[in-house]
Amino acid sequence: MSAKITINNQHLNELENEAIYVMREIAAQFEKPVLLFSGGKDSIVLVHLAIKAFYPARIPFPLMHIDTGHNFEETLTFRDELAQEVGAQLIVRKVQDSIDQGRATEEKGINASRNKLQTVTLLDAIEELKFDAAIGGGRRDEEKARAKERFFSHRDEFGQWDPKNQRPELWNIFNGRKNMGEHFRVFPISNWTELDVWQYIMRENIKLPSLYYTHHRKAFNRDGVWLAFAPFMQLKPAEKVVDIDVRCRTIGDITCTGLTLSTANTLEDIVSEIAASRITERGGRYDDKRSEAAMEDRKREGYF
Amino acid sequence: MKTVDTLEIEPQRGLLRFTTAGSVDDGKSTLIGRLLYDSKSIFEDQMDQLEESCRRRGKDEIDLSLLTDGLRAEREQGITIDVAYRYYATPRRKFIIADTPGHIQYTRNMVTGASTANVALILVDARNGVLEQTVRHTYIAWLLNIKHIVFCVNKMDLVDYDKSTFNNIRQELDTLVLKLGVEDAHFIPISAKMGDNVVDPSEKMFWYDGPTLLSLLETIEIEKDWEFTSKRFPVQYVIRPQNDAFHDYRGYAGRISGGVFHKGDEVLVLPSQLKSRIKTIDQYKTSLPEAGFGESVNITLEDDIDISRGDMIVCSENPPLIGQEITMMVCWFNERPLQPRNKYIIRHTSSEAKCVIRQIEYKVNINTLEQENDCQQLKMNDIACISIKTTKPLFFDEYRKNTITGSVILIDEATNETVAAGMII
Ligand SMILES: Nc1nc2c(ncn2[C@@H]2O[C@H](COP(=O)(O)OP(=O)(O)O)[C@@H](O)[C@H]2O)c(=O)[nH]1
Repeated sequence: MSAKITINNQHLNELENEAIYVMREIAAQFEKPVLLFSGGKDSIVLVHLAIKAFYPARIPFPLMHIDTGHNFEETLTFRDELAQEVGAQLIVRKVQDSIDQGRATEEKGINASRNKLQTVTLLDAIEELKFDAAIGGGRRDEEKARAKERFFSHRDEFGQWDPKNQRPELWNIFNGRKNMGEHFRVFPISNWTELDVWQYIMRENIKLPSLYYTHHRKAFNRDGVWLAFAPFMQLKPAEKVVDIDVRCRTIGDITCTGLTLSTANTLEDIVSEIAASRITERGGRYDDKRSEAAMEDRKREGYF
Repeated sequence: MKTVDTLEIEPQRGLLRFTTAGSVDDGKSTLIGRLLYDSKSIFEDQMDQLEESCRRRGKDEIDLSLLTDGLRAEREQGITIDVAYRYYATPRRKFIIADTPGHIQYTRNMVTGASTANVALILVDARNGVLEQTVRHTYIAWLLNIKHIVFCVNKMDLVDYDKSTFNNIRQELDTLVLKLGVEDAHFIPISAKMGDNVVDPSEKMFWYDGPTLLSLLETIEIEKDWEFTSKRFPVQYVIRPQNDAFHDYRGYAGRISGGVFHKGDEVLVLPSQLKSRIKTIDQYKTSLPEAGFGESVNITLEDDIDISRGDMIVCSENPPLIGQEITMMVCWFNERPLQPRNKYIIRHTSSEAKCVIRQIEYKVNINTLEQENDCQQLKMNDIACISIKTTKPLFFDEYRKNTITGSVILIDEATNETVAAGMII
């Protein structure tokens, strides 16, 4: 299958101009920002935008990966290569260490995931390394709770978000003032949709981990969501591991990243697949299925 | 899997940002839900969630207003409490909706949503006609310099889709629009609940021959609203690679806030008042012959001038106003009132200063649009004209000429909260 695609450049230009403007505001308003790098497409796009925002200088902040230990191996290889290529410092903080130190408790049971535990590791790292702004790839179209996020989103000294008491954000004037110990989360691609991200990746020819393209993998189906199989995962009696052709629409922790049955091998194929899709990318995230307010609850506590 | 042979995305119209205004229960949430639903922007899993929510609330039919209800607190109380952003795209355009709720803090939320909007949708309940709230919403949209206002006369199904009801409301709105001087006003009779004239033309209102709401939004021209005349470039950040390949590179990073800059243009740098010429306009690895409104670029100059964040590169024939005594309209956002002699931090483009409130010139009664003099303090959601003095000169334009170089925010130094939006007059 090969699709011919016309991309609406004008709106991509506008989104890019806005995101670059935000990147530069971050560098100007904060003393120690960090870019949260998950290895997923949104954070890869963030790195690309940061390169463009500061060229010919280097990106003036490090990248940080909060590692659950439950990764797709391809993500880690990709992460290391990208950091090297960009010439950015890469900081890795491990959820396993938080568990070993007794700061976080592993979930039990069949649906156990370290996704939520990342918050502990993330907040500890922000405190330890004294970051005052953490740049994330969150988008308002992803999820209801994210729809109210500001570009510059204030976090109190406990790292918590108070969605009822956010600072009004007017025009393009961002207020990044804060007290000691507080920090900001900043979302330069707030206004992008999933399709915008893919169209942009295609237009800019941005390199992605191979997981995003269709590949052969061992997987099993849980409650209608295809999940990749890894040796540490517990299966329910009725669940069977099979070999199938799949690709990832988002990449996160392996335990909750849903896989899409697909034959898309090129960026063009992926963009047409997304454009024709009738299911959101979050629909395939096991972590959001837990309750209608799952994301909001996690975000209040300080999640990405 | 379905194959798509060609995704035709043309003509290239870029983004349209709009905001919605209306009192509680006028049908804003339903209207947005309807726009998303009928334009097929709702995904299957969102639809499942919606059906589930409706079932749990014991509703038999799908309540589209629940689609846009964001946070848990709202879901529990059944009201929207802040500004939420929604996205949808049709083959012709991409849309960003700033969805603002109608309750007590409404003015603050609407001002916030309106500050980035190209178009305002104002809902009027066909049964109630033009109310004080309608006046207030129209005034705020006008104050924030939204050039295009679309009045949606909603719930037409409850007035039997009656033509004269619509025409009477329209006449009243016409008077209001004329009084304020709104540049471009549109009027559409709709039923958000039934879907008439939202995405699909209404059969019941055969007497209406204008466009549906969606097709109007798809075709409204906003490009001519951009500020192309006077060059304005607030410097955000200075890029100095200091590596071998770019040893002497000194790029001023920023987003063009007015006019079109060309390579070779003579420019004036503020506050130093020094003149120079544009050597290059760089966008990543490309050097551009020119760049216009809204573009994020690096500008390099022929001469070595000391420039930092907060400075502005402008054209010398048509420079901005420079001064420390500034009069502006403000909308007050905070529980702690504004009073003369209070001091605040002022943010204007990329520059920051302190300021003292000299005087409240008058307050606007936003229901009657009358001016009230002798006002000693501003409370949350008040709109007023004030004069201030800043600790250092700002380079600004009137807000109605340039919404970027004409806007400011005030910040309370004690709490770091954004306490006011200001529009320079
Ligand atoms: N009959 C009728 N009811 C409507 C229409 N639009 C909205 N409603 C109802 O009015 C009520 C308030 O609507 P909602 O969208 O929640 O209003 P909001 O407070 O402005 O967001 C709900 O019960 C809707 O079903 C309409 O066009 N016709």
